[in-house]
Amino acid sequence: MSEFLQLAFSGLTVGAIYALIALGFTLIYNASDVINFAQGDFVMIGGMGTVFLMAAGLALPVAALIAVIAAVLVGLLLHRLAIEPARGASPVTLIMITIGASIFIKGVSQILFDKQFHSLPAFSGDTPIPVGGATILPQSLWVMGTALALVVALYLFLEHTLVGKAVLATAANRLAAKLVGINVALVLALAFGLSAAMGALAGVVATPITLTRYDIGTLFTLKGFAAAMLGGMGNPVGAVVGGLLIGLIETFAAGYLSSTYKDAVAFLMILVVLLFMPRGLFGSRAVERV
Amino acid sequence: MKAILRSRLTPLLALALVMALVPMIAPTSFHLRVAALVWIFSLAALGLTILMGYAGQVSLGHAGFLGIGAYAVAIGPARLGLDPLLCLLLGAVLSGLVAWLVGRPILRLKGYYLAIATLGFGVIVALILHSETELTGGPDGMSVARVTLFGWRVTGALNWYWVSAGALLVGALLALNIAASPTGRALRALHDSEVAATGAGIDVSAKKLAAFVLAAVYAAVAGGLLAAMNGLITPEAASFSHSVELVAMVIIGGLGSVFGTVLGAAFLVVLPQALTAFQEYEQAVLGLLIMVFMIFLPQGIVPSLRALIEERLP
Repeated sequence: MSEFLQLAFSGLTVGAIYALIALGFTLIYNASDVINFAQGDFVMIGGMGTVFLMAAGLALPVAALIAVIAAVLVGLLLHRLAIEPARGASPVTLIMITIGASIFIKGVSQILFDKQFHSLPAFSGDTPIPVGGATILPQSLWVMGTALALVVALYLFLEHTLVGKAVLATAANRLAAKLVGINVALVLALAFGLSAAMGALAGVVATPITLTRYDIGTLFTLKGFAAAMLGGMGNPVGAVVGGLLIGLIETFAAGYLSSTYKDAVAFLMILVVLLFMPRGLFGSRAVERV
Repeated sequence: MKAILRSRLTPLLALALVMALVPMIAPTSFHLRVAALVWIFSLAALGLTILMGYAGQVSLGHAGFLGIGAYAVAIGPARLGLDPLLCLLLGAVLSGLVAWLVGRPILRLKGYYLAIATLGFGVIVALILHSETELTGGPDGMSVARVTLFGWRVTGALNWYWVSAGALLVGALLALNIAASPTGRALRALHDSEVAATGAGIDVSAKKLAAFVLAAVYAAVAGGLLAAMNGLITPEAASFSHSVELVAMVIIGGLGSVFGTVLGAAFLVVLPQALTAFQEYEQAVLGLLIMVFMIFLPQGIVPSLRALIEERLP
């Protein structure tokens, strides 16, 4: 039982990170129909930025804040310089643009930073907290708490502010949103900025556990994309549930089956789910317009 | 002039001409090797051209099939004592069979859902090649026995150049013929609208599956050639980034264009070699170029150029 609980704790920790990345995918997808394959690189920018700013002598909160702002700037530039000029291109072309952006970000990071693995000290020490026969690291609480806070904040923003409702309206129908006077360009920029901020924040809190390197974004992109698809692309609740599920599945697979094949188990599960629910767990029913 | 541009044989003749010219101007065997790599990756990407360009189905795990073909040529002779040439064929058959088994369920998925399913398949193949150390040599990969073609030991850059060029010509001819065949028209029809295609009496899922299997066979043959030429293969061949590279080749050159696919492959194979002098900046420049090409030539190089030329012609 205590082993089960232990695995559940680490699964939820990893899953919370995936959930944040999947939410980033969802936000951008809903606003612009773009699958942003540079999503995981925002996580890397958050982590690496904080590491190097702290090495330059800044305190953790200041370093993290600047790193997150840097990621937001990158997200805004990505939208303004790469996605906006290619408006109307086919989905595959747009995916290739974001993949190009991801390679570019990695390339610049390895020049700007270095090619080593880096870590951050845990925010509130390394003393494990005993919970029901298992233990939980304080940093895990930081990760889960941050994820929870961000999800709640995003929900409040989308449902209870005028700008948030504009985002939802744009996601539902861009043309109609334009007609009622919503500044769609601003909404799109906002989606990219918010996604980048969430990814970077996830990177800051996750780095003490997962470590970080210039090319770690690919892994996060894959898992975040998988989580978003598992939940049903475009559904924020699905993104969170999908992220947590993938985190739990791969941790339990690693604990009980084989640590080498944990990723295989996670992807196999996605294949199985998609076969029975081809639009993901929370996806809307497929209706093809003829 | 327009007739020439549209003719089915024009890209093939142009390709053969380039193939004949390259050895005359390539100064060293290193350059020939790079050219041979271009032909091999073109072959792998051609399969994707059929799948993505004709049928409109995306695959983000195609390097998995390339890995199956490559490891068939590596494992067969080393562990089972089979003839390498036979293993190349067996790898192609195995890859096609796997594609048939995997494709049947997942080709029902559409768009991004198909993308994540194929991506997952590729990740699983790469993971198996990575982890089954006894069979595959693990992350360090394994060496591949020299190939003997009817008593002729294929070694040296020039020989491999011609072998890979020949394989690509055969593959290109096949792809062009498929494009002009009823199957090719059926694939383009279901690309535009599956409902309309079904209405016209096309067995949509059978045709999609055929394109998927064909694409897997192309990739496996290319993988086998790659392993045999390099004499070494690592799980990197089946990695996600490799799958992405294959897709990039197809799209940068021009979706659905055979000559464009070769151009895209040449671009993505030659560029990193040309950038090795600035090793630090290689990734940044590569990413930037992919973005620039996709933003300014979203149709790909060949279709955009063709449109430009046709516009200027009377």
